[in-house]
Amino acid sequence: MSATDRTNETLLSVRNLVKTFHIGKGLVQAIAGVSFDVRRGRTTGIVGESGSGKTTIGRCIMRLVEPSGGEALFEGEDLFQASNKRLRDLRKRLQFIFQDPYSSLNPKMKVADIIGEAIDTHRIAKGGARRQMIGDLLERVGLDRDHDRRFPHEFSGGQRQRIGIARALAVQPDLIVADEPISALDVSVQAQILNLFQSLQTELGLTVVFISHDLTVVEYLCDDVVVLYLGRVMESGRAEDIYGNPRHPYTRALLSSSPLPDPERRRERIVLKGDIPSPLAPPSGCVFRTRCPAAIDACAKTVPPIEEVGEHHTVACIRHQDLPAWLPAQNQTKEIA
Amino acid sequence: MTQMNAEPMNPVPASSDAVTLKVTGLRTHFRIGSTIAKAVDDVDLTVRQGKTLAVVGESGSGKSVTSLSIMRLLAPSARIIDGTMTFKRRDGSVVDLARANNRVMRKIRGGEIAMIFQEPMTSLNPLYTVGDQIIEMIRLHETISRADARSRARRMLELVEIASPEQRLDDYPHSMSGGMRQRVMIALALACDPFLLIADEPTTALDVTIQAQILELLRRLQHEMGMSILFVTHNLGVVAEIADDVAVMYAGKVVEQAPVRSLFKMPRHPYTKGLIACIPDPARDRDETGRRRPLSPIPGSVPSVTNLPRGCAYADRCPLTVDKCRVESPPLIAVETLHSTRCWRHEDV
Repeated sequence: MSATDRTNETLLSVRNLVKTFHIGKGLVQAIAGVSFDVRRGRTTGIVGESGSGKTTIGRCIMRLVEPSGGEALFEGEDLFQASNKRLRDLRKRLQFIFQDPYSSLNPKMKVADIIGEAIDTHRIAKGGARRQMIGDLLERVGLDRDHDRRFPHEFSGGQRQRIGIARALAVQPDLIVADEPISALDVSVQAQILNLFQSLQTELGLTVVFISHDLTVVEYLCDDVVVLYLGRVMESGRAEDIYGNPRHPYTRALLSSSPLPDPERRRERIVLKGDIPSPLAPPSGCVFRTRCPAAIDACAKTVPPIEEVGEHHTVACIRHQDLPAWLPAQNQTKEIA
Repeated sequence: MTQMNAEPMNPVPASSDAVTLKVTGLRTHFRIGSTIAKAVDDVDLTVRQGKTLAVVGESGSGKSVTSLSIMRLLAPSARIIDGTMTFKRRDGSVVDLARANNRVMRKIRGGEIAMIFQEPMTSLNPLYTVGDQIIEMIRLHETISRADARSRARRMLELVEIASPEQRLDDYPHSMSGGMRQRVMIALALACDPFLLIADEPTTALDVTIQAQILELLRRLQHEMGMSILFVTHNLGVVAEIADDVAVMYAGKVVEQAPVRSLFKMPRHPYTKGLIACIPDPARDRDETGRRRPLSPIPGSVPSVTNLPRGCAYADRCPLTVDKCRVESPPLIAVETLHSTRCWRHEDV
């Protein structure tokens, strides 16, 4: 499937997702009403810093943690209302890839059993066909067929992540949620896994939700991007709009903070003051206002509505139409003398 | 070269080529049972006065063991078996850190060479207030009253841009965010005005907006205090921002060292070139119709330092490998002033 045949059809629609955790006597709203659409055959990047709720969103979609409110419509069916029995069937269509390739594979199981477990659970194949399938999957992710008799400790981090991907692919899912799948890998190996994701999407037409803190990687891999801050969506849209024409001050600051691997150019940088506030006591109004260089009094009073600023492009900022000119957009870099 | 705005605290020698630390032929090996891990094996590095040398490498490259060797903070299973590390001391004398006795090392550590780590929480004592930790550090190296040490500690917190420093002195590390703890670590490290700051992945555990703050802070402090920095990282973006010089490490060796611009513009080792090509670059990785081109990864993975191949350790992954590479390990070859590489085929890179 090429870029042009990708559809506009929504495969998963997350509506007003809320997740609250109890900490001691306090209540933390880790996700405070998040909505976004995942379109079929596309890769949707979810970016944010620590405490933004990006990992929790992925886990809620998979029902690895129970959401506190909202819905996740998968082809119209609400995943959050599905019974355990129904969920078991749905998990054949939704798969998860974990960040840490060391702790997410059972060290006592051979690779054939790790991948075979998914095949058996969903009764996909048996006997020779099962063996054939495991071999094909290993080859698909760039490993050797005869690696199936080995244990996870015999593989490097990048190879382990390939095993995790093969396990997810074994059930021929429609949607894969990948939570920071390359963050634990060495730089030289990250590119290998990115290429693998890229080819899976083009060849198998997979839909991927890619959770990451790395803006460069998301720009490369993703078609659509959701920018989170403190459990809320700040901006969402097609990657080319988010990176080419960011409309939220946070998106602009975040993009400008990402270091460029070029000593002769530097981004026009907005260095944000202070730290991400505690989710135990989020600021009133817009949660970003305490660090926002463009904040005005009104930002403390109202939660900014999510406004459409272009096709598929939304932003939650009351000042998006009159952002100060000194707040640089992404592509502005300057040469260093 | 940048002009100094503020008067540096350390006297800057007339020659800009003055060297703070010169490491030559350093070998640090670990014994694990009956196997020997050659974590650092023939490393040469030069840190120039008032400049930042970035040591960049992937896991197992030996970059952290190199910095721990300089500080002589190695685990008991590790041993410096060869090499010299000449360091110019505050009194103008020169010492070989590989051979200095413990008494001398105790004076140098913290007083003349300071270090900050990736995870500030594990390097700060959770049972003491940050003020007590900075005061203890100052009084260990200088004869100074507690009250004076406290006011210096407050100035240090101010210097690293911590708001309400007087109150913060009496806070415990757990009540601070990751970014603020790293600021405290920097204050602690710089309290005795060291000549050399070793920063081992100081921004890796931080969010990118906080990383930007810390990098800016380090740049400003270097400007004001004139110290040299040895900055260990795996992130080439950070290298491009902070370094004057770069040493690229692979499997226990420096495979290339050069000023930052030459390194990025004209890498002379295939590994350096491969690393740079691995980073996605939207300008390069899309064709005219906006379709993505595949990245050019380095095949395979980093070899284990307990089982290194003969010859060049990068040969198995290198597109330029010839027979000679698998037999004989290349020496560090000077290709230009300040630019050297360990590659037989450096002319073809």
